[in-house]
Amino acid sequence: MSNSNFTRRGVIKSGAIAGAGVALPTIFTASSAAAYTNEPTGGSVTFGFNVPQTGPYADEGADELRAYELAVEHLNGNGDGGMMNTFSSKSLKGNGILGNKVEFVTGDTQTKSDAARASAKSMIEKDGAIMITGGSSSGVAVAVQGLCQEAGVIFMAGLTHSNDTTGKDKKANGFRHFFNAYMSAAALAPVLSKLYGNDRKAYHLTADYTWGWTQEESIKAASEALGWETINAVKTPLAQTDFSSYIAPVLNSGADVLVLNHYGGNMVNSLTNAVQFGLREKVVNGKNFEIVVPLFSRLMARGAGENIKGILGSTNWHWSLQDEGSKAFVKSFGTKYGFPPSQAAHTVYCQTLLYADAAERAGTFNPCGIGEALEGFEFDGLGNGKTLYRADDHQCFKDVLVVRGKENPTSEFDILEVVEVTPAEQVTYAPDHPMFAGGALGNCNPGA
Amino acid sequence: MDAIILQILNGLDKGSAYALIALGLTLIFGTLGVVNFAHGALFMIGAFCAVTLSRILNFSFETIDPTKTDFLGNPAKIKTTYVEHWFGADFGATIIDWAVPLAILFSIPIMILFGFIVERGLIKHFYKRPHADQILVTYGLAIVLQEIIKAFYGANPIPTPAPDVFKGSFDFGTLLGFEPNAIIYPYWRLVYFAFSALIISGVFAFLRFTTFGMVVRAGMADRETVGLLGLNIDKRFTFMFGLAAAVAGVAGVMYAPINSPNYHMGMDFLVLSFVVVVVGGMGSLPGAVLAGFLLGILESFASMNEVKSLIPGIDQIIIYVVAIIILLTRPRGLMGRKGVMED
Amino acid sequence: MLGLNKKDFSLLLVVAALTLFAPFILNPFPEGSGMAQFNAGYPDLMQRFVIFGIFAIGFNILLGLTGYLSFGHAAFLGVGSYSAVWMFKLLSMNVIPAILLAVVVSGLFALVIGFISLRRSGIYFSILTLAFAQMSFNLAYSVLTPITNGETGLQLTLNDPRVLGQSATADGSIPVTSLFGLEMRSTFEMTLGPWLFQFNAGYYLCALILLLSFYLSIRIFRSPFGLMLRAIKSNQTRLNYTGLNARPYTLAAFVISGMYAGLAGALMASMDPLAGAERMQWTASGEVVLMTILGGAGTLIGPVLGAGFIKYFENIFSKINDTVLHGWFEFMPDGLENLIVGILHPFIGKGWHLTLGLLFMLVVIFLPGGLVEGGQRIAKLFRRKKPDDAGDNAQSTPAE
Repeated sequence: MSNSNFTRRGVIKSGAIAGAGVALPTIFTASSAAAYTNEPTGGSVTFGFNVPQTGPYADEGADELRAYELAVEHLNGNGDGGMMNTFSSKSLKGNGILGNKVEFVTGDTQTKSDAARASAKSMIEKDGAIMITGGSSSGVAVAVQGLCQEAGVIFMAGLTHSNDTTGKDKKANGFRHFFNAYMSAAALAPVLSKLYGNDRKAYHLTADYTWGWTQEESIKAASEALGWETINAVKTPLAQTDFSSYIAPVLNSGADVLVLNHYGGNMVNSLTNAVQFGLREKVVNGKNFEIVVPLFSRLMARGAGENIKGILGSTNWHWSLQDEGSKAFVKSFGTKYGFPPSQAAHTVYCQTLLYADAAERAGTFNPCGIGEALEGFEFDGLGNGKTLYRADDHQCFKDVLVVRGKENPTSEFDILEVVEVTPAEQVTYAPDHPMFAGGALGNCNPGA
Repeated sequence: MDAIILQILNGLDKGSAYALIALGLTLIFGTLGVVNFAHGALFMIGAFCAVTLSRILNFSFETIDPTKTDFLGNPAKIKTTYVEHWFGADFGATIIDWAVPLAILFSIPIMILFGFIVERGLIKHFYKRPHADQILVTYGLAIVLQEIIKAFYGANPIPTPAPDVFKGSFDFGTLLGFEPNAIIYPYWRLVYFAFSALIISGVFAFLRFTTFGMVVRAGMADRETVGLLGLNIDKRFTFMFGLAAAVAGVAGVMYAPINSPNYHMGMDFLVLSFVVVVVGGMGSLPGAVLAGFLLGILESFASMNEVKSLIPGIDQIIIYVVAIIILLTRPRGLMGRKGVMED
Repeated sequence: MLGLNKKDFSLLLVVAALTLFAPFILNPFPEGSGMAQFNAGYPDLMQRFVIFGIFAIGFNILLGLTGYLSFGHAAFLGVGSYSAVWMFKLLSMNVIPAILLAVVVSGLFALVIGFISLRRSGIYFSILTLAFAQMSFNLAYSVLTPITNGETGLQLTLNDPRVLGQSATADGSIPVTSLFGLEMRSTFEMTLGPWLFQFNAGYYLCALILLLSFYLSIRIFRSPFGLMLRAIKSNQTRLNYTGLNARPYTLAAFVISGMYAGLAGALMASMDPLAGAERMQWTASGEVVLMTILGGAGTLIGPVLGAGFIKYFENIFSKINDTVLHGWFEFMPDGLENLIVGILHPFIGKGWHLTLGLLFMLVVIFLPGGLVEGGQRIAKLFRRKKPDDAGDNAQSTPAE
């Protein structure tokens, strides 16, 4: 599986000038030669896997890369086929895509918009990638999505949870399988009401950047609709490591629920600090004090250790699910790597398969053809039940898992338990919902 | 009122960490004249000494339990740690529980040795080089150290809890006549504060009351003259670097339960601790400690909602605003001496 | 020629030739060969080489001549980027107004920060600049989001007014940056045997500006003004005793290097219309310090080399993965192949930081004068036969 021997260009050239020792330079613009950017010609097609390999999200990036490699293996007909066997669409045959062998290049986003775009550009300009996918942050996803729109390639978003990715910053060439902040809030609301009642006073701590704000906005709207009162919503600097000075005021604020709109390292630290200050044992207004973390990541939650126990949150997918798709994926991933996959690994595996399937059904790698094939596509068997890729905003609509930190974990991976599967209808919103307003898909861009 | 007292406690606690790191940095600046960008990495390595010790204590052997299954449906492997096996389940669990305090004993020799190796092997050759070269080489060292840690422990934070007896909070308010539960503060953070006070006074006492410390202080004031007196300054420099590394290391060990350690925690502290050192004044140990606590307390106050609603975003920049104001009003920081690192 | 002495002029010619033929020089390996992984001759990376070269040249005017070590120069790059993107959003997609505005705004920004920071020297100055840059970064990431678009970075949208241009093109997409109609992204590809060379309009614009910046920097180095700055570096106190006030000179140098940074920021935005807050973080400021020292502070060409060195590792080494390694060594027996891949594994892909850190240490330990000194030592090997004094002259002067 070498991704450097038969690149698209290499083959054009060897074909074009076969036999000639030193040929005269043939000068042409890229646009006149191909119907769309990086049209594959040599029997192989190149994907660009752009994930954080350095920085705080490096472990999530590494897990994404594992899932990508597994997906490529399955697409090329190696391994046990994983979720290709349970996927409702049967166009994929395990012989690559449209007869082209799937190859890939990898890059490092460093979880910085700039570096992520540089890496994606090099994949497009140097390696001839036809599709870019990956990422572990919404800022990066939005930035790379914009780039792919300009360059005329498809972007299959990885882990990005902000409403903006398919809201105000949506693009015709970008697609998201992962759920978003609105869906987290909508899925959590009924569970919060059932477990904690409708008469609660919430205190929010929010990471001070775009994802944090959309998360806070969403969960505030959903909880206030239940009748909860929002005592305060405090922004915390992204670079903060010690949250004690933000947690301390919660103690005597009269709030009985703390909502941590934090992700990654922020979440681990703020949750640890909150538990240190004894919030879990507190009784306020005659009720047990509760902590809610709207977006859970199992990989990251491990960093909080014991503190995660009993904390509610939501997740896109969890390896303990018992449907056929999830079981097949966990088996295939677990056999190869020895541990269960994370939600990040799951979403990027699905995205790769969905792209490949769309290309197969469209009969072309042209981004416009693929866009059409994905828009309004309904499928099942990828671990989330029946799912719709909505045409209006390129967002997947599927069931959302509400999870809780497990009290008695049986292994180091067994950290979360699924409390409820909120059905897709409950988390679906109108495409012109105010939280998602202000952007337009625009037209699909095939480049060239 | 209770809110202000809480924030002062928070500030003292943050300040302890800043002060400990800044103290080590100043020791290195003052005696060796080296700008050590790897100091944050030393703090990080200290924290990972705690992680490593708890890993070592958790070394275990596997037995297969046919009644349970793992995530793939195979028979589950049950792990039993050697410590529990040897010392019995109860005592073994206690040892594992006390991993972090034990790690202090474990980390001091490691950090001193590590400091010796770094100083003899690398820093020694940079005493006569420009500060820019020192920055470059120690920054390179910091990157290498953190990448090595990342290769072994991954990028995600690793939980390293304090012993069970230190869980929970101390009701501070009742001592001061407040209602119960008005001012509570986590035990471990109080321990951290007490510990850092102990270390800081220990270092000061060492410098003040020993002959060795006297020579070092003399060296900080005027290195050339001390060299001319024929004292072997080299050996003392090596020891000072080891001492500074150990101070950073134990600060890291004790910090591990407060926030789960990760490989880049050193870089997070690096810039801040430089600001602290410079605000305190180059080459002044009391200045570094004072600035550490001052900035910690101001940072805590700035994150109060009342302050934030007055000046939005102030908690993001407070440290830098204070640094600028102090440096503009006091040319050499709080207690800096003339001519140290001014050119 | 052009007011330069012979040596400087030939250095300028060398740089001109290098930038002009960069698409050839950086693509030495045929497409499709295993070594093609090391090719750096694609538009984005070539643009980054010259843009960061400009940034480092400007930084060197401050550090190399006056000895003032600024740890906040990335703030000017960021401000330049934001101004340029705002120009694209509000006025037109032509890069000229964007670049002009960026240089002016970053110059003003540098004037304010420099005026305050230069009241102190040494590490106190460094920390003041660091404090200003970190404040800019933190605010841009959070409170200033209406202006900077926070974490995501400032991007163009279909709703931007663009009063002198169009909000959207006929086919409904965002227009691209151009120089009077010449699109920055347009690329000519030339195939020559198994090689593929890419000539990108944006790159050549950047390269032209690099040459102008380089020329200007030579003139500054050789001018009486440059001499004054060097006097400040060697002994400011003595200068004060002669009755000269050094501050206006250092401030001028600071503003000039801030404008260089703003120019680099504007070019980055012109090549890829996005301005992210991370450009202003202290690590970005640290990066330009590293570039300059690594290449050789105080030398003319050093900073450009340093910039190329770091950007090459960031973009090329991070993309090598185990699959690529297996591709290279597949001719070996399996056991040996796996062993070699296993040994190299920590240094490539996600380990590119480790490689870079090790190289920093090696360069600074063995080449105290930076990469330029490395080049001189190699040159010395070839010149050993010449009389010694002539050789010495040749080595030391170009480095000034």
